[in-house]
Amino acid sequence: MIFAFILKKGKDALTDLLPIILVIAFFQIVVLHQPLPQFGEVLTGALFVVAGLTLFVQGLEMGLFPIGEAMAQALARKGSLFWLLCFAFALGFSTTVAEPALIAVAAEAAEIAGQGGLIAPDRSTLDHYALGLRLTVAVSVGLSILIGVLRILKGWPVHYLIIGGYVVVMLTTVIAPQEIIGIAYDAGGVTTSTITVPLVAALGVGLASTIRGRSPLIDGFGLIAFASLLPMIFVMVYGIIIFG
Amino acid sequence: MDFIQDFSKILLSTCRDVLPIIILVAGFQLLVLRQPIPNLRRVVVGGVYVVIGLALFLAGLEKALFPLGKIMANQLSDPTFIYRGGEIAIHAEWRAYGWIYFFAAMIGFATTIAEPSLIAVAYKAHEVSAGTISQWGLRITVAVGVAVGISLGTYRIVTGTPLYLYILIGYMIVTLQTLMAPRSIIPLAYDSGGVTTSTVTVPLVAALGLGLSSTVPGRNPALDGFGLIAFASLFPIIAVLGYAQILQLLVWLKTR
Repeated sequence: MIFAFILKKGKDALTDLLPIILVIAFFQIVVLHQPLPQFGEVLTGALFVVAGLTLFVQGLEMGLFPIGEAMAQALARKGSLFWLLCFAFALGFSTTVAEPALIAVAAEAAEIAGQGGLIAPDRSTLDHYALGLRLTVAVSVGLSILIGVLRILKGWPVHYLIIGGYVVVMLTTVIAPQEIIGIAYDAGGVTTSTITVPLVAALGVGLASTIRGRSPLIDGFGLIAFASLLPMIFVMVYGIIIFG
Repeated sequence: MDFIQDFSKILLSTCRDVLPIIILVAGFQLLVLRQPIPNLRRVVVGGVYVVIGLALFLAGLEKALFPLGKIMANQLSDPTFIYRGGEIAIHAEWRAYGWIYFFAAMIGFATTIAEPSLIAVAYKAHEVSAGTISQWGLRITVAVGVAVGISLGTYRIVTGTPLYLYILIGYMIVTLQTLMAPRSIIPLAYDSGGVTTSTVTVPLVAALGLGLSSTVPGRNPALDGFGLIAFASLFPIIAVLGYAQILQLLVWLKTR
């Protein structure tokens, strides 16, 4: 019984992984005419990926989704707007500031700015710039979740805010220094990590299903969209302030 | 032995990622809400599953797929492969990079299917929509969007056209689609832009972008290497909105 359950979950995870294996095998053998190197290593690695994905999905259903929704409902019932917004900001800020992908991108961006002669290329200036970039992104993600939660409470339609955001992105692009634009555009994508996304989704859906008159589908989603839009604007403004 | 060391390193960094969340949730429960968490045991076990599962997943990717994918991204963008037998051009000839566009599309599609955060959002959307949004339907639509986006992004690197032009046109398309798309799909479509680019996609796509911009003649990795992730977060929105519109159109045609 348990064995059949594990087998089914494992099969699901294997299906998720199959496209990558096929793509890599096709290009390796057909296009590049090279054998698959270390076949044994690749196979054990793939087994770990399948096992990991199975556990992750199981853990989502048991832990992350319930805790996100329970927190949202408890905070909504408490009726304190202040604490709800505090929680929203803290969730966005704290999960982003230590995000490894962001640390890597910020360090790389500092190197590029140093090489381009935009900032002095010594260690302390570069580190200072990278830290400033990280804090900028973390604050902007915190604010995104805060605005997103406020939007669920007020029932504002998501597309006005997002399209308004697009307009601001385009206007800021016009005045931002060229070296920051690529990084700013990418910063939106790297902020939302694998553990944050399920938690934020559960927070939104939990809130929208607790508050009367809100639909979980129309109002519950949209938090992640803000978190990938606002960092773009903030990073460009950071560039304007530092370089301008 | 090596692998155990790698795995414990990744496990440790995953724990560090979860730490702020644990502190935040525990702090709010103890100081603000002052009430016990329902089903605490189950939630804790689930949390442990998530951490161990994610660490296993990343360790496996590091071992098996990332090295291979990165080597391939470099080999495919190598000028000696692209201009097989012919002269290596001084100016990039965009037609010579056909395999790159194809590889970009395929790897974008494949990594998106395996992306854990997209699995999580698709699961939630399926549950919330009472089954009208199918998990695989959403995941495949988003993956097609990422495939088109990254493929176009590599074309931009090869031709060296400015990033903001593509993004501006993309935004215009999204805005137009938003005006016509069914209202209930809009928030989910916007969200699907943000979730596509994390654990699996970013490392491979970043390697492709930096490899390509350092080998294509006339490109500067500092200016042209970035931007692929922006494509990968914009095009899924267009794909999901477009899919919903096509479904709407089909229903309209049937009832006519």
